[in-house]
Amino acid sequence: MEMSKWSVMMKDSPKMQLSMLLLFILASSASVYFLERSVTAFLLLLGSLLLLHYTSLSNRLKWIISLLLLVVIIPFATSGGTSQQDYMEVAVQTGIYIAMALGLNIVVGFAGLLDLGFVAFFAIGAYTYGIFASPQAAQLFHSDFFPLAGTWFWPFIIIGGLMAALFGILLGIPVLRVKGDYLAIVTLGFGEIIRIVFNNMDKPVNITNGAQGLSQINQPEIFGFTFSLASQFYFIVIAILLIVIIAVRRLEDSKLGRSWKAIREDEIAAQAMGIPLVKTKLWAFALGASFSGMMGVVFSAKNMFVDPSSFTLIESITILVMVILGGMGSVPGVILGATIISVLNLQILTEVTNFLTQNFSISDTLSPMKMQRLIFGVVLVLIAIYRPKGLITAKPKKVDPGKLIDQPTTDK
Amino acid sequence: MSNILSALPQVLVDGLTLGAIYAVVALGYTMVYGILELINFAHGEIFMSGAFIGTGLLLSLGVFGIAMPAWITLILILLLTALLTGLLGIGIERLAYRPLRKAPRLIPLISAIGISFILQDLVRFFAEFKTGNYIVTGTTLFEGKVTIPFSSIIGTFHNATIKNNTLILIGITIIIMILLDIFVNRTKWGTAMRAVAQDQETAALMSINVNKVISLTFFIGSAIGGATGFLFAQQYATIDPYIGFILGLKAFTAAVLGGIGNIRGAMFGGLILGVLEVFAAANLSTITGGVIGSEYKDVFAFTILILVLIFKPEGLFGKSVKEKV
Amino acid sequence: MRKVFLIGLSLSLLSISAIGCSNNSSGNVIKVATQSPLSGNQATVGEAIKNGAQLAIDDHVEAFKKLGFDLKLAPYDDQADPKKGVANAQSIGADPSILGVVGHYNSGVAIPSATTYQKNKLVMVSPANTAVELTESGNKSVHRIVARDDVQGSADANYATNKLHAKNIFIIQDKTAYGQGISSKFQKQAEANGAKIAGNEGITSGEKDFSGVLNQVAAAKPDFIFYGGIYSEFGILVKQAREKGITVPMMGGDGVDSSDMYTIAGDAIKDVYYSTTAADVSNTTEGKKWAEKYKAKFNKEPQSYAYYGYDAMNVLLKGLEDAIKKNGNKKPNREQVLDAVHAIKDYQGIATKVSFDDKGDNDFAKIFIHKFENKQYPGPLVGEEGKQ
Repeated sequence: MEMSKWSVMMKDSPKMQLSMLLLFILASSASVYFLERSVTAFLLLLGSLLLLHYTSLSNRLKWIISLLLLVVIIPFATSGGTSQQDYMEVAVQTGIYIAMALGLNIVVGFAGLLDLGFVAFFAIGAYTYGIFASPQAAQLFHSDFFPLAGTWFWPFIIIGGLMAALFGILLGIPVLRVKGDYLAIVTLGFGEIIRIVFNNMDKPVNITNGAQGLSQINQPEIFGFTFSLASQFYFIVIAILLIVIIAVRRLEDSKLGRSWKAIREDEIAAQAMGIPLVKTKLWAFALGASFSGMMGVVFSAKNMFVDPSSFTLIESITILVMVILGGMGSVPGVILGATIISVLNLQILTEVTNFLTQNFSISDTLSPMKMQRLIFGVVLVLIAIYRPKGLITAKPKKVDPGKLIDQPTTDK
Repeated sequence: MSNILSALPQVLVDGLTLGAIYAVVALGYTMVYGILELINFAHGEIFMSGAFIGTGLLLSLGVFGIAMPAWITLILILLLTALLTGLLGIGIERLAYRPLRKAPRLIPLISAIGISFILQDLVRFFAEFKTGNYIVTGTTLFEGKVTIPFSSIIGTFHNATIKNNTLILIGITIIIMILLDIFVNRTKWGTAMRAVAQDQETAALMSINVNKVISLTFFIGSAIGGATGFLFAQQYATIDPYIGFILGLKAFTAAVLGGIGNIRGAMFGGLILGVLEVFAAANLSTITGGVIGSEYKDVFAFTILILVLIFKPEGLFGKSVKEKV
Repeated sequence: MRKVFLIGLSLSLLSISAIGCSNNSSGNVIKVATQSPLSGNQATVGEAIKNGAQLAIDDHVEAFKKLGFDLKLAPYDDQADPKKGVANAQSIGADPSILGVVGHYNSGVAIPSATTYQKNKLVMVSPANTAVELTESGNKSVHRIVARDDVQGSADANYATNKLHAKNIFIIQDKTAYGQGISSKFQKQAEANGAKIAGNEGITSGEKDFSGVLNQVAAAKPDFIFYGGIYSEFGILVKQAREKGITVPMMGGDGVDSSDMYTIAGDAIKDVYYSTTAADVSNTTEGKKWAEKYKAKFNKEPQSYAYYGYDAMNVLLKGLEDAIKKNGNKKPNREQVLDAVHAIKDYQGIATKVSFDDKGDNDFAKIFIHKFENKQYPGPLVGEEGKQ
């Protein structure tokens, strides 16, 4: 009785929610700040973003709070202990995956085109920057102009995105004649082709340095300041991510976004309504790819190294899993899905296994470090069975029918 | 160029061997797809489990000191492996696919990928637990090889050698394919399967037990996949828990190449893909003068797949279906 | 339902992570990390490195206790994946009790991870990385006790052309950073020695059917085959080559140095050579004793990388002890440990003697060439060559 009253109160009063949320943020950030390397506290702090999503606060307030959290509170809270770079590394990689998952969400979630080779666009972005910002380009063009200095990183974010978009279109033109599961297998083939070609383009002309990969890639630089630590890359990733999220949000309800959804639901009906199929699908490919390409540039600049082994089929599948786990077509869902999978992969499994191996002498065969695939597999099956629409289901925007009728016709 | 021609018989023999494996594994994909429109990603892992189950059975026969003529051992292990992997297939369908039959199309794909990871890791665990290493090398039942004198037919050809094991592999896969073809086209259950593939609801109205038919499909597909796994282990002797993923992918490619859902198409798709792949690995650098080497063989295979799909989207042997509105 | 599920999910995540977070670092704990692939295709070798390092730690626990420190191993799994390696390196850098790293197995992982170690001034001693680039990029953190690819590749080529009189050589490689690196060094030296290269072809690691490439080899009729890659493929390659009637000598680098070659290739393993950077210590009394200790603890025969892992860890611990003493028996900082390890000269390990040069390469690193014969592992030694 007490409980339900309480929950009703919570539901009705945004003020209550806000104060509870702030309390929660305060507590979790304080514990991140004061505790030495506490993954739990860090996860709770990240979780406050999820709580925020479920509050009934106004959108503007939600944006303000989440920006505050991401730009001020999280960087500050993690700077307390010695594990700052550790947390930030996870945050950066998660951010990269979120952007990629949002890109794939356009293709799979909005337009309903199953793409199993999505990581190829990430690779194209990474190599675009990697080749020109490492000694590779100097050797390739016999010019002292290369490698490009770190200041070129900024335009290359755009160039990387454009290159990926270009490849998205080049792939899309022939491939989009193919439908459904055939499309899945064709994109899978494309992803593999790109990886194998990058792996072997060290002869006859050495373009990608083959399996050796590109190293000594210059790190981003602005006004003489060089970005080298994860905590510094964090801000680059957050900035790009914000642009991506805003773009996706706006696209979702735009004419283009509605055309995608129409195609997803029924291609023939969509065509009959006058939606140009090929053009609309190509837009989905190009936009989705460009997000991935931009993050590819960040990835290569952060690691200072790219090699083809980072772009395997498993990566493409992981990104797809993020989208489906979160909820196809649902932007907050995809963000959540990408966060869960990458934090699970990068932090939780490693932590648990480190803990077990350092404190108990367990047989190597039993070590959970080796069970990563098993755990991953079980999570996937459970999600598919118990939560097939994803963690946060996509909600189509509601339009008041009354308004529609009342609108004056501007035609004629 | 003369090199290419003279090595052709051996390339064909090797290509058909690989192709026969692709073909039988492709059958599993195509049968399930035909009925449920589901890419059963875990099928490659069923094949892999079959390889381990069969090798395990063979090794334990050795441990217990049971000696039998090689023929009987082979047939016995094949049947046992088929039975076990068939049951595994039914189990997977019950557990991971049946609850999802009404879910959006991509969801079963996710649980299939999940099952795939689970099987890989379980097999790795057992292999490592038993042998200390997950790369397992089994014993071979049939040693020796035969030389086919192609050179006596046409002078430019070189002779091709073929292992006894390979002959058995090709022989058994042909038998499997013929039996399956007869089963699907000539028996009552086969007709029921085709009916369910065409229209589940109408089939149910015709008093066909759809669930039973789907279970049967999974059983047959998995059983022949698993049996092929054992044949693969016999052919290449060394297996690891990760063989199923790449091979499964190629087999699926073969199924698409032949027109997915089409059983005869899958068989031909597999054989074509196998021959293409071995041909590319053997000759790409001769043809291109060393610019593109055998490492591009998968690129070659995938490119052909993409070309086929673009110009003949229904696959080489599929019927073009007009979309219903 | 949705709420319950979400709550359940977050609870389970939290409870998992709750165990993971109790990494308390009291002032007197010193940890040394290992980074090697403990899962996936190369787990066997990665584990051997970790186990070897574990034994070295066990040997020193007492001595460190006397100095007032609690010595511990922190094993990390780099999954042979550069991304994972770098992420682990960040984690290692963030843990103040970790003062050094033994790792990696894959050069592709070591190179990017090493830049992170450098940022954290952490010393890295590699038991296995042979890529030339690793020590050539001016990274102060990097040290290795094994010989480099250029030394190994040319030693292999010299043996092939001078001792086995190879004139027409076919090269096959697995198109990984390691395979590509060593086979290109081999090719360069073999060509310099006057041999003709009949072909240089790649295979896909993880596959089991290499008949395509082998048909090409058969057509080229070489008198020698060199393979750049790992044993799991080389074993099958040897077997399938012999089945096809290709009987010429075959050779691989240290990647094929594994007793599993006998199990995989079976009776087909004739006229097969391999080079390694570790001396065969299984016959010395000290080596035998060590192997027994290893077997008692891990219930496994030591692979040769177990010796490297042991030596690499010992070198690091030697440097650590020096640094502690120099610091007046107080816990040294990472830079002090790095300097102490860098200064090590003439350290006698179980497999190799160690003196680091300016770049962090080992002056005493040698290449040993063995033959697979009589199911004996390591096979009989047939040649050796030192640093050029």
